[in-house]
Amino acid sequence: MADDLQSKIEQLMSDPRSLVFLEVGETLRVRGELEAAVRITRKGLDHFPDHADGHDLYARILVDAGSADQAEEEWNVVLALDPRHVGARKGLAFLCYRRGELDAALDHLELALAADPHDRSVVEALRTVRNAADQAMQDASVRGGALPAAMVFAGLEGADAGLLLVDSRGTVLGGGLKSADQQPVGVEVAAYLAGVSQEAERTARLLDLGEWNWIVAETAEANMFLTQPTAGTLLLMSRDRSIPSGRLAILAGKATAAARQWLEAQAP
Amino acid sequence: MTAGKFQRALENITRVRGVRGAMLVAGEDGLIVAESLMEGVKGKAVAALAASLANRFRRVAEASATGYLQFLHLQAFEGVILTVPADSGVLVVALAEPKVNVGLVRLEMLRAAEALAG
Repeated sequence: MADDLQSKIEQLMSDPRSLVFLEVGETLRVRGELEAAVRITRKGLDHFPDHADGHDLYARILVDAGSADQAEEEWNVVLALDPRHVGARKGLAFLCYRRGELDAALDHLELALAADPHDRSVVEALRTVRNAADQAMQDASVRGGALPAAMVFAGLEGADAGLLLVDSRGTVLGGGLKSADQQPVGVEVAAYLAGVSQEAERTARLLDLGEWNWIVAETAEANMFLTQPTAGTLLLMSRDRSIPSGRLAILAGKATAAARQWLEAQAP
Repeated sequence: MTAGKFQRALENITRVRGVRGAMLVAGEDGLIVAESLMEGVKGKAVAALAASLANRFRRVAEASATGYLQFLHLQAFEGVILTVPADSGVLVVALAEPKVNVGLVRLEMLRAAEALAG
């Protein structure tokens, strides 16, 4: 092996314009002699500036040397020279994959596969990235299910202190409620609200009142607005008395829309 | 408060345009103490719901330390149920058309609640 490399290096020295620089550069890269690999490859590219495989080799050496940005530029040079270059597509896919840009990685690999449907390394890489993409989707779904409570109403005033989304069994689904002395009381309040929806529905039906829309409760120090974002869920918005019931209704409308959107996103 | 006073308080509420009926309801069990209802109104159902909602929100108010419950308004497509708790534990409850002047009904309900306390 060493003899083989040595003979090729000698060949290159006797003929600097030889394409053997590609083999020498690759061998040095594989051996981890990156500085020598860079030197040989750059000299070769001086002679063959439009050689796509030469730039591809240089990009791979750069990746090994930790210069991902430069490698990306180099692979883009390759694609400018040869848009169907499988090595460049694979290289760019690898960089995208490493950055977590799975969709972009898949795009590159699919183009690589289109260029060479028999390249087993591309097929393997595609499988790896697709699995990672599936896993990422599952993780996102799990994260969605356990989204921090306040995130349901992210951006809305009082998202974790005066907005509470509960299901018909009194389980908190999102948001939060704090007492006047800033103690979290969401779980307790959710339990009291369980069943309100069914009771209101049953009575409204019995009295021919149609569907119930909302309930306003005024206490000595707070105004509360209860709505039903979806069947089986309740949203309670609580604000101090400085917020009149009418304005509370507008705020609750926005929160109800946010809750509905969030609930729909959780649907399997 | 005499039965006549109960009745007068309720009639003041039902005089407001759009009100179908008014009741005094025992807050604890939802039983009707006095009523002034239009024919066909199912008072017992209204009373039971009003008492249940009042109890739930009273507990919510206690848990959240936001003071005593003063007023409840359930809005449905075809009507509203309004509730004002009186000091005695009795609830003043009204059933009305969906576009009733809630402010006016509420005023009469508060007067009735005051009369109950007096």
